[in-house]
Amino acid sequence: MDEVIRVEGLTKNFGQLQVLRGIDCSVSSSEVVCVIGPSGSGKSTFLRCLNGLEEASGGRVLVHGVSVHDNSTDVDALRSEIGMVFQRFNLFPHMTVLDNITLAPTKVRGVPLEQAREQARALLIKVGLLDKIETYPNQLSGGQQQRVAIARALAMQPAIMLFDEPTSALDPEMVGEVLSVMQTLAEEGMTMMVVSHEMGFARRVANRVLFMDEGVLVEEGTPEEIFDRPREERTRRFLSNIL
Amino acid sequence: MEPILWFGWFRADIIAEYGVMFWRGLQMTILVTVICIAQGTALGLAIGLARLAEARHSPARQICRYLLRWPSTVYVSFFRGTPLFVQILLIHFAVLPLFINPADGLLISGETARSLKQNYGAFISGILALTLNSGAYISEIFRAGIQSIDRGQIEASRSLGLSFARTMYHVVLPQAFRRMLPPLGNNAIALLKDSSLISAIGLAELAYTARTVAGAYSRYWEPYLSISLMYWTLTLGLAWAVKRLEARYGRGDTR
Repeated sequence: MDEVIRVEGLTKNFGQLQVLRGIDCSVSSSEVVCVIGPSGSGKSTFLRCLNGLEEASGGRVLVHGVSVHDNSTDVDALRSEIGMVFQRFNLFPHMTVLDNITLAPTKVRGVPLEQAREQARALLIKVGLLDKIETYPNQLSGGQQQRVAIARALAMQPAIMLFDEPTSALDPEMVGEVLSVMQTLAEEGMTMMVVSHEMGFARRVANRVLFMDEGVLVEEGTPEEIFDRPREERTRRFLSNIL
Repeated sequence: MEPILWFGWFRADIIAEYGVMFWRGLQMTILVTVICIAQGTALGLAIGLARLAEARHSPARQICRYLLRWPSTVYVSFFRGTPLFVQILLIHFAVLPLFINPADGLLISGETARSLKQNYGAFISGILALTLNSGAYISEIFRAGIQSIDRGQIEASRSLGLSFARTMYHVVLPQAFRRMLPPLGNNAIALLKDSSLISAIGLAELAYTARTVAGAYSRYWEPYLSISLMYWTLTLGLAWAVKRLEARYGRGDTR
């Protein structure tokens, strides 16, 4: 299978604090990988290292064979291939939903505005928010904002989508609408890496689950292996705490 | 001219007699203010960005620190830490002759320098001093405005593949500008009033006109009350314009 991301011995320190202590893994095309683990286990930092939002302290991250943290790498070009969805949505509040979505395609890719708008409409239909096209983000609910954020990332037609706890900042009744958009994406064959506390989603949608604790990748396997027959004691303890 | 008395004591005829001079002074005050707001904003943006310049890898890292951050910090500290009045005198009598001097100007010398200094010396110095001074204040407004934008905005933009410059231009500055409008408006009003200090080096703006009229008639209420009302009208107009801008750029923040 075509490998999208390869991580080799990735470490990350914040001063004295070791957040990542040598992570190795890879993600293949069309794979959905969920990263679970207790808070402070380094999941988000790990994800943010993948598109260079965080500098790595050691090891390397290859996206389509290109090293993310190399000085000579055009990190902007690389990031345009990697969609990212944040916990706090981070929509641009001074732009309409439409402009949020068309900004990157027109400025980074040079897509003609009309074409970018056409694509934005298609994406908004997909996330069920076409009627909000001229709205400003602050007039939307959290769930709606997150769906727009997903559409915004998709507009760059990325090779992989990274989700950093996409439902953690949402009211419970809005979690479902975001997860169902993500599930549709997965079913369409999008390569995805999801940091999440939504175990139901991981079990239903993921091809593979990674369990992280204290900056280490403790265990990985299919959802059945991780949730039903965890090999490691730490995984068992974590799962019994949350389920 | 026959004295015209308003309210029994205000000699309106003096103002009428010097009407043209007041009008020119008013125009000069407005011209200086507009030029200095425009230049001060451009300079303030550049200095503000220089104070925030950071890079991860050498040599860009050292360049940012020693060629951008340090000089801009010293610059801001100096122009905010010394009186504007002293800066005007320093620039007019010490700095300008260094560059524009009939004998040995570093920039311009000879006959051109002589006529330039004679006709526009005070104007050039005044504009220069006021621009440099307001640039220092405005850079702090820009810096605070840019720093007030949530890091998540920058991360979202960068992760879409927008470069640092594009992120600044499309994402950070438009949001920062909205927040900076009130302090920028205050700064513009301060600048308008401070332009009166340039009268000390002989630029014929409003305050200079008032002084001239006062000297000619030994009357003080008439000229100074008149220009006070003119300044007041101008500052009220500026405050109104800033309000309009705030409303226009407030799109999207219904909070």
